[in-house]
Amino acid sequence: MVDPTWLATAPALAFGAAALVLLLADSVDPDTTNATVLGGIAVAGSLVSLAAAVYLLYGGVGIPTGQGGTGPAVILGGQLVVDQMALFFMTITASVTALVTLASVDYVREHAYQAEFYSLVLLSATGMSLLSAANSLATAFVAFELVSLPSYALVAFLKKNRGSVEAGLKYFLVGAVSSAVFAYGISLVYAATGVLRFDAVAMAIESGTVRTVVDGSVQAQASGASVPMSILGMGIIMIIGGLAFKMAAVPFQFWAPEAYEGAPAPISAFLSSASKAAGFVLAFRAFAVAFPIDALAGSGAVDWFVVFQVLAIATMFIGNFAAATQETVKRMLAYSSIGHAGYVLIGLAALSATGDGMAFSMSAGMAHLMVYGFMNTGAFLFIALAEYWGVGRRFEDYNGLGKQAPVACAAMTVFLFSLAGLPIGGGFFSKFYLFQATLNVSAWSLAAALVINSALSLFYYSRVVKAMWIEEPTGERTIESYPTGLYTAIVAAAVITVLLIPGFGYITDVAFRAVELL
Amino acid sequence: MLVETLLLVTLLGAGIVMLAPDRMAGKLAAGISAVPVALTTYMYYVFLTDFDGAGNALLSPGEVAFGTRIPWLDLGGYTVQYYVGLDGVSMPLLALTTILTTLAIVSAWTPIDERQSQFYGLMLLMEVSLIGVFTALDFFLWFVFWEGVLIPMYFLIGVWGGPRRKYAAIKFFVYTNVASLVMFAGLFAMVFGTDVTTLSLPAMATAFRTATDLPVIAGYSLATISFVLMFIGFAVKVPVFPLHTWLPDAHVEAPTPVSVMLAGVLLKMGTYALLRFNFTMLEATARQLAVPLAIVGVVSVIYGAMLALAQRDLKRIVAYSSISSMGYVILGLVAFTPLGMGGATFQMVAHGLISGLLFMTVGVIYNTTHTRMVGDMSGLADRMPWTVGIFVAAAFGYMGLPLMAGFAAEFFIFQGAFNAATLGASAPVLTSLAMFGIVIVAGYLLWAMQRTLFGGFGLETDYEVGRAAFHDVAPLAVLLLLVIVLGVAPDLSLDMIQHAVGPLTGGGA
Repeated sequence: MVDPTWLATAPALAFGAAALVLLLADSVDPDTTNATVLGGIAVAGSLVSLAAAVYLLYGGVGIPTGQGGTGPAVILGGQLVVDQMALFFMTITASVTALVTLASVDYVREHAYQAEFYSLVLLSATGMSLLSAANSLATAFVAFELVSLPSYALVAFLKKNRGSVEAGLKYFLVGAVSSAVFAYGISLVYAATGVLRFDAVAMAIESGTVRTVVDGSVQAQASGASVPMSILGMGIIMIIGGLAFKMAAVPFQFWAPEAYEGAPAPISAFLSSASKAAGFVLAFRAFAVAFPIDALAGSGAVDWFVVFQVLAIATMFIGNFAAATQETVKRMLAYSSIGHAGYVLIGLAALSATGDGMAFSMSAGMAHLMVYGFMNTGAFLFIALAEYWGVGRRFEDYNGLGKQAPVACAAMTVFLFSLAGLPIGGGFFSKFYLFQATLNVSAWSLAAALVINSALSLFYYSRVVKAMWIEEPTGERTIESYPTGLYTAIVAAAVITVLLIPGFGYITDVAFRAVELL
Repeated sequence: MLVETLLLVTLLGAGIVMLAPDRMAGKLAAGISAVPVALTTYMYYVFLTDFDGAGNALLSPGEVAFGTRIPWLDLGGYTVQYYVGLDGVSMPLLALTTILTTLAIVSAWTPIDERQSQFYGLMLLMEVSLIGVFTALDFFLWFVFWEGVLIPMYFLIGVWGGPRRKYAAIKFFVYTNVASLVMFAGLFAMVFGTDVTTLSLPAMATAFRTATDLPVIAGYSLATISFVLMFIGFAVKVPVFPLHTWLPDAHVEAPTPVSVMLAGVLLKMGTYALLRFNFTMLEATARQLAVPLAIVGVVSVIYGAMLALAQRDLKRIVAYSSISSMGYVILGLVAFTPLGMGGATFQMVAHGLISGLLFMTVGVIYNTTHTRMVGDMSGLADRMPWTVGIFVAAAFGYMGLPLMAGFAAEFFIFQGAFNAATLGASAPVLTSLAMFGIVIVAGYLLWAMQRTLFGGFGLETDYEVGRAAFHDVAPLAVLLLLVIVLGVAPDLSLDMIQHAVGPLTGGGA
């Protein structure tokens, strides 16, 4: 046990503290544009968070004391639970945030409101870390909004860029609708079960009668009323809708291309990697803990894994086919990010009707999110580098870039091929693991969708590779500087993506155990 | 530790060459690639003298040479290992890979004149993957290397290729990648149908060969479905008619040293995988399907040769003739006789050397004349006697001149297939038809030689057509020497090959 218990939320606290330090620095010297100091604080905060998450993860927090761990840290009467699952996702969040803030130092150097920029990123990351540990629909909703609200502002950060402002507005409107859907779903589940804590909801569903929480312990309500399954089913479906927004999955995916394309590229990286992972951790925890699949089977509520199967297949096809038809690189990556949400959804879809195979499929989804956190962040940071240099947005504008910036382009090649699932990075393994998860429960349609979309994705990812290395440069382009921060972030992401090939075993071990311990 | 050294040296070398300045990259790469050649030569020597292995790496894994086995990771209940080793089938192919890479690098000194360090770095990177393909004994490791070959190849064709290089590169890339996925699906259907818990090739072989009560889907056993999917996947790489259409594009657009690697080694990945997966792991199914497979092989022989007959471009002629030669390999494999399977594997090595030699010769001619069209030139024998001499020798080797490797290989295959029990009554017919392919080969090669090499010199140019540089001709001479050595003493390879395929053919060596 971590003592005192609240210290187990150190990864989230580090983000929050760094955000407050930044706001303090900004109020002491409101006009400061010292990018190195402000960015340095943000990077330092992220690294502290990362170190704390990794330390707690390997320190055995969440592993029962009988198995050599220190048990999960239960905080605020079970509203937050820091366990292996939470720490795994806190690690993803912290890694992505560290890369993004490091890359932003060069990207926003010339902009006003830098302190606000970094503190918004860190506040959003605080929300993501808390969301990883949220163990009740109430805390989940609060953390969910803490993730979302700063990110609306961040997408619209380039105030003088119409695309950025438009993207921010669209993101906000869709986000508001999906938050409403999410909140309505929560209220329906609460109405049906009488409780919000995940474990309590599960007890209500399993017993079939409404529950209440008294002094932290779950008890039957005096009325003894039974859980109305149809209302519960409506609630679950609406919660899925709200989560789909965060994951950028069908049916709430259409904000993603606009937002990712209009936002500053480091923010696109942040949203498409970390924010997506935050949506998934909530989904994993809620559906693994609160809505036990075997108790819901045949209850008349909803077999949610069937919903996820439909969503996974639709998301894969829509994301990948749309990506294949794009003319601009950033938008292609945005759609590919939707496609990857479809892959990760396999984690919730490749289950049998009794919930068998959950540790397998969910840990596959988690492993893919971990790898994705590096390869996709890296790819968007390369876009940030291209924007920094003033390279255009279309595929043709990248022509011949490999001659001028071989290191960055080699890193980008690693990202793209790894995203496509070639064995040059961890993406190969994680896709394979997902594939195995589908076969494990004989979900042939999911397996076929995964294979077809992987083959298709190679086509559009290699268009960028082709432009960078094979095509001749079309216009005049001069690259004047090679920004250190961006380069460091990109190269670090590439190295980790490659190292995840030999290191993939560690990721899956941790992920598998994390799901089993839920 | 030798295999690891081989992989690491080559990988490090690739990195060093990539960072080296362009003007010295070629020489540096050749020097570095000499290390794997020396190492494999030593390993080959050990095989010939000390190694008493009489087994197949998949069927008697205890007898694998230079083996290493380290647990790597656990993937959803399946153990993945770093597991490498060599047997009599992989050793000659490994030697072929390292030798051909070095020679291809030397032959690139003249034609490759831009972005040299990247070119040679990628060549070495490809060598790493090829070494891995022929040594890996764990499916996962093998698949990493198998796919890893695609990436350098894609760039080598796409950046340094001819006018339609972009189209050719993407076609090669997507075509072979989709094929890998088909193969993958086929293999995993079988993995899930049996109770393997590790993905090592020997364990899979044991499980597949002893599997009983396999599910029946739409009237076909799972083994049959899996076999067909895997065959389709590998057949693209080989390539077998009608899955060959990527090959002429890739060959014609690729720069010559890359064509050498493509024809010499990459095609053998397909036949090697067929032997390892389809014909070893699913032997019973392969025996059942022998006749249709042999027909596919014979059609490839005849069709490839006919296509070659219709070409005017020297490179296309050699490219299509590869389809024909690979058809013989299929025929030899389905025979399941010591000479048939041994000859098929021997043909992989022999064809690797001879087609590499022919491509290199065409490359040397092209470097000098700047054309590959048969009708554009004549009487080259006057101007470049050495090159032409080697070309003629190589062409005769291709046609199957005795005492050259090609003759030995095809002779073994025909002899092995003629009485093959698996083919039953159709064996003599199919073998005779395949033999007819040699006549067509002779037809187009003689025609091409007669038009281009002999007669009075004729080529409309405003530049001097003279002798090729020494470093252009030297690799040709080395290859020709190897072809003759293997033709005179086929036992240098055939012995160890037969040791390895022996358990499949129902007898010892």
